[in-house]
Amino acid sequence: MTVASHYSYWVTIFLAVAGLYIVIARGNLVKKLVGLSIFQTSVYLLYIAPGKLIGGTAPIVSSEFQVYSNPLPHVLILTAIVVGVATLALGLALVVRLKEAYGSIEEDEILAQDRDA
Amino acid sequence: MISVLLTLMAIATTAIIVQRNLFAVVILFGIYSFLMATVLVALDAVDVGMTEASVGAGISTVLFLGVLYLTRSEEMKPMHRPLLPLAFALATGFMLVYGTLGLPAFSDPDAPMHRHVAPRYINEGLRETGVPNIVTAVLASYRGYDTLGETTVVFTAGIGVIALMRRIRRRRREQPK
Repeated sequence: MTVASHYSYWVTIFLAVAGLYIVIARGNLVKKLVGLSIFQTSVYLLYIAPGKLIGGTAPIVSSEFQVYSNPLPHVLILTAIVVGVATLALGLALVVRLKEAYGSIEEDEILAQDRDA
Repeated sequence: MISVLLTLMAIATTAIIVQRNLFAVVILFGIYSFLMATVLVALDAVDVGMTEASVGAGISTVLFLGVLYLTRSEEMKPMHRPLLPLAFALATGFMLVYGTLGLPAFSDPDAPMHRHVAPRYINEGLRETGVPNIVTAVLASYRGYDTLGETTVVFTAGIGVIALMRRIRRRRREQPK
């Protein structure tokens, strides 16, 4: 194990942890959703990076190539991207709805209003 | 080259954490998504790279900008110090790094994922489905029902968004009276 052989894993972990931190620590709902999206995209890297073979090519079969990257993570992550944008759209619609109901998109202000009510 | 792109992504993420103007955060997230799409192409995942560039960098950014137009674009200063979340995130990070120590090195052709199922699809996929692009062959042919389930998820999310937004539009129409 060297830094070069595991660098992609560690950047992936940094992105995941940064996304997790934004989701927990930040009260703004839009910022939370940005953090959630970063967490989600870090998973794409986690799946795709190990599938790469140096000297290989994209998994489109041709007689000129012998080595291909692993196609299965690509299929899984294609599904994950589309589902990710669907959940993001639903989350953002909820943010707009909360803004209409409470006049704020800050978690602290919304909780304070709930406490006063 | 992949390492440079990954480092740029880490820098963009750090900028997103620090920045409080939400408009800047959304634009930085668009940059992050395009960097991700470039990394995916460099990792030979061309289909995923195209989808990430159009969906992640395109549609997501437009959705975020639309929400900023309907809400506001400045983030409040936090009321309490983020020590507990920071400790939790760091602990998770250290555990994950510890977990990677036993994983195979980058681009190791002897890694289990390259020896087990993938060669079967690469060797037999063209003959069995007639599609040279293996990702398309698996997505639309071998795992066609999964893709059907995926469209169901998108459909459900679309219904949810419409249900939430319709109430708002109706109330807006009633208010001016």
